Amino acid sequence: MKSVMAASTAVMLAGPVMAEPQAEVLHWWTSGGEAKSVAVLQEQFAAEGGTWTDMPVAGGGGDAAMTALRARVLSGNAPTAVQLKGPAIQEWYEETGLADIGAVAEENGWADVLPEQIAEHMKCEGEWCAAPVNVHRVNWIWGNKQILDEHGIEMPTTWDEFNAAAEKLQEAGVTPLAHGGQAWQDATVFEAVVLGLGGPEFFQKALVDLDPEALTSDTMKQAFDEMRTIRGYVDDNFSGRDWNLATAMVMNGEAAFQIMGDWAKGEFLAAGKEPGTDFVCAPTPGEGFLYNVDSFAFFEVDGQDKQDGQALLAKLIMGPDFQKTFNLNKGSIPARTDVALDEFDDCAMQSNKDMNEDAADGSLLPSYAHGMALRGAPAGAITDVVTAHFNSDMSSEDAVQQLADAVANAM
Amino acid sequence: MEWLERNVPKLVLAPSFVAILIFVYGFIAWTAWISLTKSRLMPKYEIDGFGQFERLFAAPRWDVAMNNLFIFGGLFIVISMVIGLLLAIFLDQRIRAEGVLRTVYLYPMALSLIVTGTAWKWILNPGLGIQETVRGWGFESFTFDWLIKPEMAIYTVVLAAVWQASGFVMALFLAGLRSVDTEIIRAAQVDGIPNHRIYSAIIIPTMAPIFLSAFIVLAHLAIKAFDLVIALTNGGPGYSTDLPATYMYAMAFSRGDLGQAASSAMVMMGVIFAIVVPYLYSELRPRRDH
Repeated sequence: MKSVMAASTAVMLAGPVMAEPQAEVLHWWTSGGEAKSVAVLQEQFAAEGGTWTDMPVAGGGGDAAMTALRARVLSGNAPTAVQLKGPAIQEWYEETGLADIGAVAEENGWADVLPEQIAEHMKCEGEWCAAPVNVHRVNWIWGNKQILDEHGIEMPTTWDEFNAAAEKLQEAGVTPLAHGGQAWQDATVFEAVVLGLGGPEFFQKALVDLDPEALTSDTMKQAFDEMRTIRGYVDDNFSGRDWNLATAMVMNGEAAFQIMGDWAKGEFLAAGKEPGTDFVCAPTPGEGFLYNVDSFAFFEVDGQDKQDGQALLAKLIMGPDFQKTFNLNKGSIPARTDVALDEFDDCAMQSNKDMNEDAADGSLLPSYAHGMALRGAPAGAITDVVTAHFNSDMSSEDAVQQLADAVANAM
Repeated sequence: MEWLERNVPKLVLAPSFVAILIFVYGFIAWTAWISLTKSRLMPKYEIDGFGQFERLFAAPRWDVAMNNLFIFGGLFIVISMVIGLLLAIFLDQRIRAEGVLRTVYLYPMALSLIVTGTAWKWILNPGLGIQETVRGWGFESFTFDWLIKPEMAIYTVVLAAVWQASGFVMALFLAGLRSVDTEIIRAAQVDGIPNHRIYSAIIIPTMAPIFLSAFIVLAHLAIKAFDLVIALTNGGPGYSTDLPATYMYAMAFSRGDLGQAASSAMVMMGVIFAIVVPYLYSELRPRRDH
């Protein structure tokens, strides 16, 4: 009874006033470059006559924001738009339902400007329910140009070349690989190795489809062997080191390489380093492109003003203008393939070129380590095995067995 | 008026009683319920049976977490009590500057566990802390790299926790030592009983209640040691320093696996009950000697 009265009061109050687009946006982009990027969106939203209620929740790489989201959804008051990505979008769709933004997507021709694989992530049962903001490439290897030149090393194109280069550097007393001992960083290296050694088809089977045969195959054992080899190329103090400190090691010449997504480029650029002269970027050895796409999903909300807000927000997020400004700030590339890249650096241009080529031949793949390929529980189970293997003397045979068991246990 | 006088205590206690009933026991019941469901991202309420517990006990990471709890809890409580007692006995020898020393030992307790964890992370880091310093003195082969050895890392957590808590235990014991009737001690001294016998036969036995309080305080610190692990090792290397609390946190907040988190919370509660129930029993049973 009370809620009926409240609703009717709301209708009476809202009725005579023109509905202004309203959006309450839950996100965890709170650090320097990211906050700047969100501010751009906020300004554009206000310029179109909308009212933006910012709801930034920092901490835990989005964990805190997800906790806030859960509380809001449980109390029946979901935010208008939420930063969500990968299969989590579909998981939330199954739990609570998401708003259909198909009208905006049709009107603006999203299907024509997004790579098919990425567009699929934005759909719930065939309907558009989320808008992509950017594309990070995860499988990059970064090198210190000066060290590489000094020792006559080219950027490796196979893992054997990488091992040879690392041996050479180690003999010369240089730490070959800057790495931070955190589970997600171990997972990032692991997926690059699996992609490089097994190829795109194997990656799809093992880490996306979770095929038990692929998980226990010899190729997977080789991947764990390579992880063991890589462990030998890391310095002694890697335990618990943050990724940006590892990037700083490459920057300062304390280490030669780092395997990390292109958010590392932001660190190089922020320190005034030039791609090509101070540092070099290359895809990790092997074929394929692992993507990590940030996106906003839209929950079902009542009230015309809020629904208008969702439509406007979706349109702006996918607008070429915002995609360019945002990604220049963040170090990633636009999800739209038709944005002019003149102001972007060489690494971004290569990323964009590879994305388009790999989208065509099926080697554009979701990153498992960054929550694009799998839901939380199986992805976490795989990471547990990877990090336990990397940080102990577990054999590769045991590791693949544990991997298969852990995946089965997480389903 | 008389009614009011009789019932004031009940009225005053009622709100906190209701609050505890809901926010402690109500939520324990809720967690127990969730642990029997297939909840993932959001709570679901259809009972599914003990599947979550089967998954929990099949997970190698949970085994590691439980083992760590027993290693950490056992060593932390025993070592803190031994060091605390020794420090208290030494300070009890009517030495000069006792006040200063007592403060020095007690101060670590004033730090938050996050600070302790971060400081020890630097001290134990092989490339920054003790190892590097000793090597700098010329002992090139000196190694102290527990922090990055998966099988040793849990002992670094013990080390940091003991450093933090033993001063507090010392203060507890010192108060206990001072409360022992000096007449009895004098009488024993007059009888020519050696000092160590006075401690082992008279003073320490009379301090039994203090041991019990120290044990309870330390046991709950051990089970709460979540933030120390997060700051010191963040569960690493790998997940070798995971504790049940960090496991539960990871499942609930990072992995969207609420059912799994709830079942681990229930097992943790079982462990706490195993410690607390005998204590309550011994406290609450009617005393014959009174």
